[in-house]
Amino acid sequence: MKRKILKEQLLYLAPVGLFLALWEIAGHIAQTPLFPPLSNVVGVFGSLLSNGILLKSLGASFVRVIAGYILGSLAGLIVGTMMGVNKVVERSLRPLISFLFPIPTLGWLPLLMLWIGINEALPITLIFICAFFPVAYNTLTGIKEVKEEYIKAARTLGASSWYIFYRIILPMASPNIFTGLRLEAGMVWRTVIAAEMFAIPTGIGSLLMNAESLIRVDVIMVCLVVLSLMCFIFERLFLWLENRVTGAWR
Amino acid sequence: MSFISLRNISTPYCLKNVNLDVEAGVLMAVLGFTGAGKSTLLNVIAGLIEYGGDVYFDKYNMNHIPTEKRNVGYLLQDIYLFPHFNVFENVAFGLRAGGCPADGIKDKVEKILELLHIAHLKKRFPKDLSGGEKQRVGLARSIIMEPKILLLDEPLSSLDPATAKNIRKELKILQKSLDLTMLYVTHDFAEARELADRIVVLAEGQIKQQGSFQDVFYQPVEEIQEFVVAAHSN
Repeated sequence: MKRKILKEQLLYLAPVGLFLALWEIAGHIAQTPLFPPLSNVVGVFGSLLSNGILLKSLGASFVRVIAGYILGSLAGLIVGTMMGVNKVVERSLRPLISFLFPIPTLGWLPLLMLWIGINEALPITLIFICAFFPVAYNTLTGIKEVKEEYIKAARTLGASSWYIFYRIILPMASPNIFTGLRLEAGMVWRTVIAAEMFAIPTGIGSLLMNAESLIRVDVIMVCLVVLSLMCFIFERLFLWLENRVTGAWR
Repeated sequence: MSFISLRNISTPYCLKNVNLDVEAGVLMAVLGFTGAGKSTLLNVIAGLIEYGGDVYFDKYNMNHIPTEKRNVGYLLQDIYLFPHFNVFENVAFGLRAGGCPADGIKDKVEKILELLHIAHLKKRFPKDLSGGEKQRVGLARSIIMEPKILLLDEPLSSLDPATAKNIRKELKILQKSLDLTMLYVTHDFAEARELADRIVVLAEGQIKQQGSFQDVFYQPVEEIQEFVVAAHSN
């Protein structure tokens, strides 16, 4: 059994190890600042950590992501719920949502730069948009998928409409809601980086652009690794939450 | 004296001027082909759909009483246990919705789980239950509110014959011990014979015949003769 687990872990880790080894070797062979070896990138990562630049940039991006994500998800949850439980609201808002949902989040950037200006509200608004539509849509879908018979059963057991909503409908819609939250958990990081690269002078995206202008490929690589890690951690966090909340009964 | 009285009940596309009286403590089987209006009849009694006419429980007109206040137990065909609650919470749902104190809930639920021989399942989720176990949990959930009326919509149709027979037996004992007035929808004559005190036959949204099993089985009206012949051959 232990040997089997070890074999499986090796199967996962071997390609990663091979990739890192090839990176190191290729970097030494290339002998150019445009392709630094892994050891250099690790060294730069350490110095960016110790001088506080990385944490400061990451902190700025993190605050924007959290603010935009929480506000966007909450708004999406409220609007999706209202559409799910009220046919009039659904009929009124569905065309608007269907029209706006397909617009890529970064497509809003030029418009928002003109409307909001270049300040903290810009990336937060972008992330808000990024989180809002999928969460609203998934909440609506989740509520619509709750079979009428469950509601009938709850009513015959004496439950009021409000009780049915928060004890039956919302929990049963939660797998869909979590799917929306999880899918966007990684996407909001990609969005904030893009916004910072184009318009905001602080954050990981801005650090990336500065590194590009100084031809510091090692710093660019550090930023990309950090971005990848943040996307991974956020997605995993929501997967874990989803399993905690719905894993026992699904 | 009739405990449930239906007077001139009509629904769009289904029931047509239905009049029915069910006496207290009686188990009445509602027989009929698919689309006859059997489930609609139960939905009317539970107040789950709009209808014309009058529904009386013990002489009280229930037309303006919403479902959640009618105190009617209803076991739907596919049971519809809440998937996110374990067995205990499924059974406790009605009590919690009614604001019953926690101590009372625990006692009542455990008692009813014992009664239906499912106490060992209380921590399991519906996805981990067999068909028969689901039926028992559904039944426990329906009767925990101590309804005077219990409606069952083909509750055993998806079970294997042996399990269905066992549950039918227990259902009959339960009905007598709790003095429940029951309407039991089925299209199975044998099931109706085994369970019912009275039988009502529905076809095309109308009551075609009602009486004891002998009345219906040996002197069937024309509309249900095909039905009875099929039952004879079984």
